[in-house]
Amino acid sequence: MNQKFMKVLGLLLISVMLLAACKPAATATSVPEMTEAATEAPVAEATTAPTEAASTTPSCGTEPVVLKATFETGFDIPFKLAEEFTKQFPNVTWDISQDQFANLITSTPLVLASDNAPDLLRLPTMVSFAKDGLLMNLDPYAEAFGWNDWPVPQLNQNRIDADGVRGSGTLYAMGLNYSLTGVFYNKTLAAQIGMTEAPKTVAEFEALLAAAKEAGLQPIMIWGSAKSGMGLAFPLQQLMAAYGPVGPINDWIFGKAGATIDTPTNLIAAQHLEEWIKAGYFPADVNAIEYTDAAARFGAGEGVFTFNGDWQNTGYDTAMPGNVGFFLMPPAEAGGGYAAMSAPLTFGIAAKAKNPDCAAFFLNWVASNDEARKIDVAIGGSNPGGPAGATMPAVAEGSVTAETLAAGPVMGADGGAMDFIANATSSIFAQGWTPELQKMVGGQQDAAGLLKAVQAEYERELAAE
Amino acid sequence: MTFKNQPATLSISKRTRNKWVRREDIIGWLYALPALFMYAVFVLVPFVLTIVYSFHKWNGVGPMTWVGLKNYITVFEVPNLIDTIFHAFWLVVWFSFIPVGLGLVVASVINRVATGRFGEVSRTILFLPYIIALVAAGIIWGWLFSLSGLVNQGLSFIGLGSITRAWLGDFNWALSAVGVIGIWVLLGFCTVLLSTAMSKVDPALYEAARIDGSDWFREFVGITVPLLKQEIGVCLTVTVIFALATFDIVYVATAGGPGNATSVPGLQIYILAFAQRNIGLASALAVMLMLLVVVIILPIQRLNKETY
Repeated sequence: MNQKFMKVLGLLLISVMLLAACKPAATATSVPEMTEAATEAPVAEATTAPTEAASTTPSCGTEPVVLKATFETGFDIPFKLAEEFTKQFPNVTWDISQDQFANLITSTPLVLASDNAPDLLRLPTMVSFAKDGLLMNLDPYAEAFGWNDWPVPQLNQNRIDADGVRGSGTLYAMGLNYSLTGVFYNKTLAAQIGMTEAPKTVAEFEALLAAAKEAGLQPIMIWGSAKSGMGLAFPLQQLMAAYGPVGPINDWIFGKAGATIDTPTNLIAAQHLEEWIKAGYFPADVNAIEYTDAAARFGAGEGVFTFNGDWQNTGYDTAMPGNVGFFLMPPAEAGGGYAAMSAPLTFGIAAKAKNPDCAAFFLNWVASNDEARKIDVAIGGSNPGGPAGATMPAVAEGSVTAETLAAGPVMGADGGAMDFIANATSSIFAQGWTPELQKMVGGQQDAAGLLKAVQAEYERELAAE
Repeated sequence: MTFKNQPATLSISKRTRNKWVRREDIIGWLYALPALFMYAVFVLVPFVLTIVYSFHKWNGVGPMTWVGLKNYITVFEVPNLIDTIFHAFWLVVWFSFIPVGLGLVVASVINRVATGRFGEVSRTILFLPYIIALVAAGIIWGWLFSLSGLVNQGLSFIGLGSITRAWLGDFNWALSAVGVIGIWVLLGFCTVLLSTAMSKVDPALYEAARIDGSDWFREFVGITVPLLKQEIGVCLTVTVIFALATFDIVYVATAGGPGNATSVPGLQIYILAFAQRNIGLASALAVMLMLLVVVIILPIQRLNKETY
């Protein structure tokens, strides 16, 4: 009998152990150690910088370091950068987990709070994490590496003040690169409707849209399903920045007290968008089009224009080599300033990170090392940011990447950088902009109602925090 | 192991037997313990925690503060809440009534005309959607229902080109289009369950009916449906719960769009909990959804029991 009991107990023990083993394990892919590279002399400026100021500047040291990182699935940039980093600093290897953006939103707080928090991670949002004390304060690193001397707007979106308002205060993240949005166009179709140069005013742009409609072409290709998130938020925000100053838009996105999206100039912008919808400038089935389908349809020649960001450059250049152009959304009046959404690809360091110095050194290296900047532009298509004098990597002539990179400084000089209105709160896109803009497409919402509904949702969400 | 024990128990005296039975009970419980442990960890604990969370304000990481019934009051301020519940009831028609009704007819037809291999094949084909990953199904149906998709091509082919539209992006039709996906998923489940039950019905009853000259419909109404009341009850219960608490089909097909035309309570709970990180409010809505499901399921269960 005792034997039976022991057997049962044994079985139980095994099942308990199995259960314990069932704890979700992060999928880890580690970049193989580059032993060969160790014998080669690492890139000159990379070695001199950390060793010279070893006492003051944080670095990865010379001892073996395993950087634990969480990256976003489907975006190659951080993976390629990590590979290159190990090539240059062979003592650093990686323990990388990856997940989809939507999953990162739900899992990041738990990962940050765990004892096994990553050194470096892609931040889907940041204000609430910073409030909960889950993110490392990067100010000391900014001081040590001289990040504060970089061209001003770069770091502001990653700063959070004591009230949880973004835009100024403590630095909690860095951008691997800085995306830029605007209008992409199919060069062949644009020539067909008589476009010889980029429009200089909204009116000129609207004339081109009307000409495209007249010619029986699809004027604008864009996505709008709730699954992808409503793409009409792109032209809407561009119109807002054309008819009004960008300051109040950023204040609203950053959550400044009393900020409102329901302003007179925004109303004019929303009315223009409503006219575009009524004029049939967007696809009839826009409410059911996914992001990837819109990109594919534009790449296949459906649509003269599309609103998107430079992260799509590689896709466009592959689908229609040499046939895709880019211009910044023109201002309302000729000679007015140019504005665009430009957001950093945010990476932060966990408050509980074991190798914060090395992670910060990596973030500095990404922006300042020539090889890293090359990877940033070639893979990501976006501006690598960094110090004012940093060299801009060369890109292929005639590629759309060359056009977006050239447009960046134009927008920057006008002080027209904005974050995205969809990022104001964690679900303003899903609960505010997307359903209300879809209703506008369906003729169930007008310009004034749209802004009022979104503002109400914004206030409701902020009050619930 | 238990089988081996049987003869041994019989030969033991009465006094030791009582002790033995108790011991066997313990062993029985020990065997069940792993499963009970799993059940407790993955069902009971989350269930109790959901109720606990619903009385707190919590973002999932920071400190939890007691707020009493506040979340239950705020639930009613969730935009379009009444709409989402109404949508769930509309889905009951598509996810429950139609699959159960159609399942009965299909199972009856299969049992009558397609016995043997053909019946097995058709049951398997009908059951397949139930085991296909819904994410894949969502993508496929997205294509089928798109403006240039197969559904519209078919409609144009039979001369109904005027009613073609992007079904999942249309305010009036998106919810019903989601319902169609629900039928596709659940019809197989109902058919298999009901046709298994039908095979238990005494063939003599059908034979007698046929001798009396009744046709398929008379047989169906007079014999099949009354004898299958219990299985129909099970089907209705499972599918009604599926419809009211649905999340996955809607999430993969429309994510609640266009506007909020296909938004359901399950989707709202997800957005509140994981996008807005308002665990307390999400839990309160979940508890209320559970109560709603119980209120609707109980009468079905009672109806089910009355017959036996």
